[in-house]
Order: sequence, then structure tokens, then C-alpha cells
Amino acid sequence: MPRNLQRQGSALSGLGVVTLKELSDHFASARMRVLEWLVVLVALAAVYGAIQQIRAVTAEDPFLFLRLFTTARQPLPSFTAFLGFLVPLMAIGLGFDAVNGEHNRRTLSRILSQPIYRDALLFGKFLAGLATMSISLVSLWLLVIGLGLLTLGVPPGGEEMARAFIFLLVTIAYAGVWLALAMLFSVTFRSPATAALVTLGLWLFVTLIWPALAPAIAQALLPNGDQATLIITAQALSRLSPSTLYGEAVLAILHPATRSLGPVYVSQLQGALMGSPLPLWDSLMVAWPQIVGLIAASILLFVGGYVAFQRQEVRA
Amino acid sequence: MHASPPAEGQNRLGNVIEVKGLTKRYGETVAVNDINFNVGAGEIFGLLGPNGAGKTTTILMLLGLSDISAGQARVFGHDPMRDPLAVKRRVGYLPDSVGFYDNLTAADNLHYTARLMGLGRDERFKKIAAALNRVGLSEVANKKVGAFSRGMRQRLGLAEIVMKDARIAILDEPTNGLDPQASLELLDLIRTFKADGISVVISSHLLDRVQSICDRVALFNAGKIALLGTVGDLGRQVLGGGFAVEVEADGGSQLAKRLAGLPGVRNVSEPAPGRFRMVCDSDLRGEAAAEVVASGGRLTQLSLDRPSLETIYTRYFQAARSPNQDGSREVSHAA
Repeated sequence: MPRNLQRQGSALSGLGVVTLKELSDHFASARMRVLEWLVVLVALAAVYGAIQQIRAVTAEDPFLFLRLFTTARQPLPSFTAFLGFLVPLMAIGLGFDAVNGEHNRRTLSRILSQPIYRDALLFGKFLAGLATMSISLVSLWLLVIGLGLLTLGVPPGGEEMARAFIFLLVTIAYAGVWLALAMLFSVTFRSPATAALVTLGLWLFVTLIWPALAPAIAQALLPNGDQATLIITAQALSRLSPSTLYGEAVLAILHPATRSLGPVYVSQLQGALMGSPLPLWDSLMVAWPQIVGLIAASILLFVGGYVAFQRQEVRA
Repeated sequence: MHASPPAEGQNRLGNVIEVKGLTKRYGETVAVNDINFNVGAGEIFGLLGPNGAGKTTTILMLLGLSDISAGQARVFGHDPMRDPLAVKRRVGYLPDSVGFYDNLTAADNLHYTARLMGLGRDERFKKIAAALNRVGLSEVANKKVGAFSRGMRQRLGLAEIVMKDARIAILDEPTNGLDPQASLELLDLIRTFKADGISVVISSHLLDRVQSICDRVALFNAGKIALLGTVGDLGRQVLGGGFAVEVEADGGSQLAKRLAGLPGVRNVSEPAPGRFRMVCDSDLRGEAAAEVVASGGRLTQLSLDRPSLETIYTRYFQAARSPNQDGSREVSHAA
């Protein structure tokens, strides 16, 4: 039956109200406080290790400041490695009960009977989660930079600051992916515990298992492929994981010498000065597909959650 | 921001809700099957029937919270499918076992919904204080809702509707899970809505508890409206008489016969000696009393039994089932 289903009124009315309410909930929640302390302590430990290491091996390095983020000192991993691990945890912690929590508190139908669309509720929750992550990450970032200024005694250059800032933005995009995934599962699973477990399981799978599995799958798919094809296929497969994308983007941004994130033929290296840094713009171009991939993944996952939420019955 | 004058959007019949052929299908199952009803301005309309009969689904379709499979609904002339915001601005909804944010105070919970309604700051404070006062929650306005009893949550839900200046209040099982005292208080509050000219749609599976406040009722059964009208109408229609007058008298001769002879009396039974039960078309207490006295008896007790919805409902489905002997399938609904 043909039916004009166009809705009237703005899909975004009430968005700001929902966002502010969720934001204040996040910052008041015990969960958030625990996650923040965890991230701050772990990150500071990593940065402290990096500072010790940098002081021990003083070398001529035009990007000394960026080493703060990337240097690891055994047994601690680097700051970026820590973020790659903790940012998903924090995003999942913020998003896993976004919608099913409202269902279980029986507040959903009451809120949706106010003059707003469902769009505003879901989008507001996503924005609030992302804002919470951004505020935490910016504070952490400033803390690290401040520590670097105090302990290294070398002011960072303009390009270093620009690279560090892009790194911050990429990390926020990475947080968006996991937040959108957690919210998708908070729509599809009625129990918050199930949603949290499934999201955490998926996170472990794509972060730890998938990169190791990708070469084996490439081998199975192309039993007769040559070495180069196998490597390229394995890399393409492993890039399905947002963790891989994030790692590669960070590598290109924070290590200016990175010229390519894939395999390079010897012929392509003719005339290249090995180890010389790329200009910022070129580094950004190297990381661009990864960055776009992260943003696209968060949008796709959010749209998935949005569609599921629109089709869901409100009644408990 | 969107205060609506009471007369807005009503058609000439004064109906605020009009439902025609409304149907909801979930795959193969039909939850609501081709129902029709109207709710007039200032009326208390009951959607009554057992759990799972389609009452909540109907309500969600009226609010635009559930898609309509076929037919149409109009609330103040607006289509809830196409213009849900206009509907939701004018309609207050109290869901079945309503929930609030336990970590926020009663006032803060209302502030959140007030902001969603688009109320300004000063207006919000004024309206929330007035609404909490009206439902008797002023003293706990700054207590966290986590400590509230079921009855207090229901009243807070009503406060939200008051604050909204809703012209229609849709209440889904408002007395569910409340003790008799709390549910009487709640029904009294709901009655005050009618006094303010607010139309009320109230759903319940507890037929007798809400029949007292309903002007008209729709009795649901298995997704259909089986009966629709005032309780008195339904009583006449189903029980064969709307009023049952009980008379107790000492002495008097041929009393049963004399009472049965009164105009408008359908039948008279004598459950105990000296006690008579008359089923009649109208309230015949006065005539009955006069008749007892005329027969030389002494009237000791006279009372009017309003027809009970429970009886109407049970009787109707017994009658509907008996011709085809298909009782087994329907038993669960009538229970």
C-alpha cells in the first residue's frame, strides 16, 4: 500500500538536551571515574618510561617530542600502544548500556513520548559519549605535553605540535568506532551484560586474534599466490580491524620517516633518501586512507545501530 | 512553548482521538485487528481487557511509537505516523510501570523531560513545583527517585503529564501493582484531570477497579474491541438489564410478584427469604420502596448494584462461545 511516510518536524529537536544530560551522567558516573583513573595512571607510567628512555639515548632527533608518544621502555609498552588498548575499553564502557539501559530502567517509552524523534536520543547519546572521550583524551594529551615540557626541557616545534594534534584527532576517531559498535550492540541485545561481553569479545578478536589470523586466511584463499600477493592480501584483510587502521595511521603521523604503510618494491625506492622525514602533508596523505577508514567505520556502525533502533519496538 | 488551546484540532463532534480500522500485524500475528473508536473532549475512556489483548499496542500506535499496519488514527487531527511531534506535544503518556532515572531527584527527572518539551527555565521551575504539589510529591522533590515506592513513581508520572499541560492523558495500567489505598488515590488524581477538561484514555486489565471512573469503555479481546459504550449500556446489552436493585423487607404480601409488576422491571429473584433482587432498565429504587410500603411491609434495606464490568465481560464471552462449543481456546482470555 503506498503511503507517504515523510515525517514532519525536525529530527534533531531535543538533541542538545539529550547530549547535555548524557554528558553530565557520564562525568558523574563511578564507571567513568574508574576508567579515567585507569587511563591516566597507565598513560603516565608509559610516558614516564618513555622519558627515561629518551634521556638515556640522547640523539640528534628533530622529532624528539613525538618520541614521548611512541617510545617504549621494557616492560611498559609505549603511550600509543596503551591508548590503542585502553581507548576501546573506555568507549565500550561508555556505550554498552546506552539503549538497553533505558529499556531496563523503563524510561525509554516515557522519554520517547516527549516531542522528540528517536534520532535525537541515539545521536545525542553518541555525541555525549564522543564528547566525554574527547574531553578525557584532550586532558590526557595536554598532561603528556606538559610533562614533556617539564622533563625534556626542549620546546616542541610547530610541526611536532601539528603531528601530535592530528594524532589526538585520529585517537578520537578510533574511540568513535568502538563507541558506535558498543551502541549498536546496546540496541540489539536487551541485556547490558550480554552487550558488554559481546563487544569486549569482538574487541579482543579484532585487536589480538585477527591480525595473527589474516596471513593464514590469505594463504588459504590463495594457495598458489606469490609472496607479494600473499602479503598484500594479508594486509588488506588485517585492515578490516580498526585496531590495525589506528596503529598504521599513528605510525605514519608520529614517525615522519614512514613513507608507505604497505609493502614497497625496490624499484619504488629509487632516489628516496632512506630515513629522511616526510613533510607533514605527505605523512598525512600516507595515513589518509586509514583515517578515512576509521571515520567511515564509525559512521557505518552508527547507521547500523540507528536502523536497528528505528525498527525496534518500544515496549518492554 | 507549544501551549495548545483546548479546542484546537477538534472536529465538530468534539472528538480528540479518532481511530478507524486500526490494525497492527507482527508478521503472521495480528496484535490489533481493525478497531474503531473515538474519544470525546474531556471524556475518560477505558481500554479494558486481559493482558495481551492489544491495549498497549493500540496506545503506542496512537503516540506514533509503533508503526500502524493498516487503518488510521487521528489525534487532534494529526496523523501519529506522519506528525508524531505534534501529537506528542499535546499528549501525556504514563507507560505501564513507568521508570525514572534513579540517580536523579524527582525534580531533576522532570527538568529533563521539561527541557525535551522545550520549556524555558523560569516556566520549568514554576510548572514543576506546581505539578509536584498537585500530585503530593512536593516534600520529596529533591529526593532521588531510587528510593521511591511504586505509587510515588506513578504519581511522578502523572506530575509529568500535569507539567506538560497535556490535553490528552494516556495512562497504561496506572493502578497495576499498587495497593488498594494507593490505587484509590491515583484514581482520584485522574478524576481531577477530567475536571480540568483533559481527556483521559486509561488502559487496565483490572476491570472493576477502573470502571468507576470511566465514562465509556472499550472491552478488548484478542486484538478486537468486543464491546464499546458506557458501562450501563454494556450492562443492558449483555446482561439484559442495566440496574440491579436489592430490596430487603419484613412482611408484605406477594412482594416478589408486586415488584415484578413494576414497569421497567425485567425479572425479580428471591435469593433469600425477604430479600429480592430486581433487574431493571433504570434506577427503580423509589418505586420499589413505595411498592414495599404499599404491600404493607417494612423496608429494611434498599441498594442499587451498578452492573460490574467483570460480570459483563465474563457473561459476554460465555455467550459468544457457547453457540459453537468452542470454549477451550478462549478460556485464557476470559480468565
